[in-house]
Amino acid sequence: MKYGNEIVLLALAAFAALLGAAFAQDSQFGAHMWVLFFALVAGAIVLLRTGNYAPVDILAEDKSPYMDGPIRYGVIATVFWGVTGFLVGVIVAAQLAFPDLNIEPWLNFGRLRPLHTSAVVFAFGGNALIATSFYVVQRTSRARLFGGNLAWYVFWGYQLFIVMAATGYLLGITQSREYAEPEWYVDIFLTVVWVAYLVVFLGTILNRKEPHIYVANWFYLAFIITIAMLHVVNNLAVPASFLGSKSYSLFSGVQDALTQWWYGHNAVGFFLTAGFLGMMYYFVPKQVDRPVYSYRLSIIHFWSLIFLYIWAGPHHLHYTALPDWAQTLGMVFSIMLWMPSWGGMINGLMTLSGAWDKIRTDPIVRMMVVAIAFYGMSTFEGPMMSIKAVNSLSHYTEWTIGHVHSGALGWNGMITFGAIYFLVPRLWGRERLYSMRMVTWHFWLATLGIVVYAAVMWVAGISQGLMWREYDEQGFLVYSFAESVAAMVPYYVVRTIGGLMYLAGALVMAFNVFMTIRGHLRQEEPMPGTVPALQPAQ
Amino acid sequence: MGEKHIDELSGVETTGHEWDGITELNNPMPRWWLWTFYATIVWALAYTIAYPAWPLISSATTGVLGYSSRADVTNELAAAEAAKSTYVEAVKAKSVGEILADENLRQFATAAGSAAFKVNCIQCHGSGAQGSPGFPNLNDDEWLWGGNIEQIYTTIAHGVRFDGDEATHVSEMPAFAEILEPQQVNEVAAYVASLSGQADTPELVPAGAKVFADNCAACHGDNAKGNKEMGAPDLTDAIALYASGQTAIAQQVRHPKHGAMPAWGDRLGDVKVKELAIFVHSLGGGE
Repeated sequence: MKYGNEIVLLALAAFAALLGAAFAQDSQFGAHMWVLFFALVAGAIVLLRTGNYAPVDILAEDKSPYMDGPIRYGVIATVFWGVTGFLVGVIVAAQLAFPDLNIEPWLNFGRLRPLHTSAVVFAFGGNALIATSFYVVQRTSRARLFGGNLAWYVFWGYQLFIVMAATGYLLGITQSREYAEPEWYVDIFLTVVWVAYLVVFLGTILNRKEPHIYVANWFYLAFIITIAMLHVVNNLAVPASFLGSKSYSLFSGVQDALTQWWYGHNAVGFFLTAGFLGMMYYFVPKQVDRPVYSYRLSIIHFWSLIFLYIWAGPHHLHYTALPDWAQTLGMVFSIMLWMPSWGGMINGLMTLSGAWDKIRTDPIVRMMVVAIAFYGMSTFEGPMMSIKAVNSLSHYTEWTIGHVHSGALGWNGMITFGAIYFLVPRLWGRERLYSMRMVTWHFWLATLGIVVYAAVMWVAGISQGLMWREYDEQGFLVYSFAESVAAMVPYYVVRTIGGLMYLAGALVMAFNVFMTIRGHLRQEEPMPGTVPALQPAQ
Repeated sequence: MGEKHIDELSGVETTGHEWDGITELNNPMPRWWLWTFYATIVWALAYTIAYPAWPLISSATTGVLGYSSRADVTNELAAAEAAKSTYVEAVKAKSVGEILADENLRQFATAAGSAAFKVNCIQCHGSGAQGSPGFPNLNDDEWLWGGNIEQIYTTIAHGVRFDGDEATHVSEMPAFAEILEPQQVNEVAAYVASLSGQADTPELVPAGAKVFADNCAACHGDNAKGNKEMGAPDLTDAIALYASGQTAIAQQVRHPKHGAMPAWGDRLGDVKVKELAIFVHSLGGGE
């Protein structure tokens, strides 16, 4: 029976979840176990209905050289979680501008904010990374994904992790570690899924039929291994009860803060930088059809990036209880990180040399170029903000939020959109995308949305920082904190509008992807420049 | 894989490897990139020599500049204190009345009180000292416990109904639900409402006047002008601490709310309390 073992395992796990719900030590854990129970039962039922009861050996073997099923699902999941994450982002932005929109207790800002960050970083970004890494590693290794159905386990396991994390936030379950909010049992589950991901990826590389490992795969592998290490160490904790949703971290005080920001900064470094550079190193040369600019640069900037990033976390704790020496090291490592980061930008942009005209004719290339430009800008801004003097103005202000979003919306979002537009026609065997005009619309909505968002947050953050440090000639504080909050309202409103534009672009993409998968082709004027203009007769 | 070949568009040699159609050019690293990278490394090393940086077994290098963020903030605070010390000493030595009379000192204390107010008081009284339900507006000339500078100083220093301070203002209006008949409560509420505006049920006002004289005048006064000794508010103006209107008044008569304010003398010290008193006195209602 096809999937026989899987169905039995799912049913057993569902039963265990039911026991967890029955014997829960706190009501939140009980509710969470009910969520898990229904998710697992739904999975088992779906498998039962698609199960084939014929003996295994007469089932048609999948003859295609590459395993693309989990990648197709991954692309759809990326689009779905992207739209969800952006929508929640718009909601929390609106809550800041209009506090009445906080709906207690499940939909207040405190619970929706981690839902937004996790949905965007881990659900949207994570699915994009898993799907593209599976696609890229097979093509550049000329090998099928290792481990058979393990890739499916990685995909579905990761979705279950997302659902458990998201519902946990809404129920109020959190260990209060930024970007690592899920509690111990969700963390353990993610660790298992992540190790399976590593096995699939590494196994495929080991099975490769190319003599060398392509640079994209170095970055993907660095991302997978380092995230495993960060996740495990940062989440070391002792559960208060094995049937409860509360745990106590192994770290306390300033050690706890440093561990958290060692994790938090490298989630940016290895999830949002290294992983997405892997994406860039495959999809940019493919889409522009040009060789990578410099092999030597790729080696040097890879190793220097990997080595330097891991030390930069303390710059999140300037002027705190963290000892001065650790603050200094966090700052100087961040400064040294500037050029290694820019190596990726140079290699990405210069890969276009000889094909710059494609920026005009191909909106997908345009998206990728804007992504790389935002990457370059945020990786300059980051080291700058790590300088203690700058940080004393920027820290705790909206400037940080603007910085993060120019990186996340500009770099991670745009490079992912480019990869999605590249992948969808190929994965579903379509002649082309449903509409290139819609890609152009998406491009402008997203770009303008980011520009509005980032510009407004810079102004807001710098005003906020200046208000906090404003003293009169006698040395007395000029503004109360509440006055600095009130001053933010217009910026918060405009920021919400920027976010809405970005969300609207993503909805256009979702429609375009949906229609492409359905096999429709929109009848439209071709993009200017893609069809040679009529030439006078020779 | 493959042989090295020259990319036609750029004229640069490739590395000879090829993955899924992707090749790599053998361009050197851009010089400006490399030299900037070296420069950041040199700068980083120099910075770590100048500032505390390298961890040792039980301590860390202190840096040749001898910088420490704790010493830095201590020095900054000391400098700020020193710059103000003449004024602060004067505030310490003089009474609030004397400070008020000294133009320079009054200006200093008002600025200092304004800053302290932003940090300690706006959470309840609002950033414009405009108050909110249950927390008095400090801009008007209605004072529960008195509006001259000494009285304001005393109220800030010892608080209102604050358990931790023996000299705190204490008074408690009885819950008249247990003393008066429901009809009497309605009558007195109509009377009190009529003092500052329009009663909802004017026909009850005459009866209410009698209830008031028998039960309320002892604290609020025969003319309902209040009594600052007891914190009994003036009922003839249109200013209400909790809510206006006959219904709200009736509610307050039945089950009075009693706000509290911390005693700030021990928390902020005498100088800050004096400065706060001068500032609050300056808001418009000071007597």
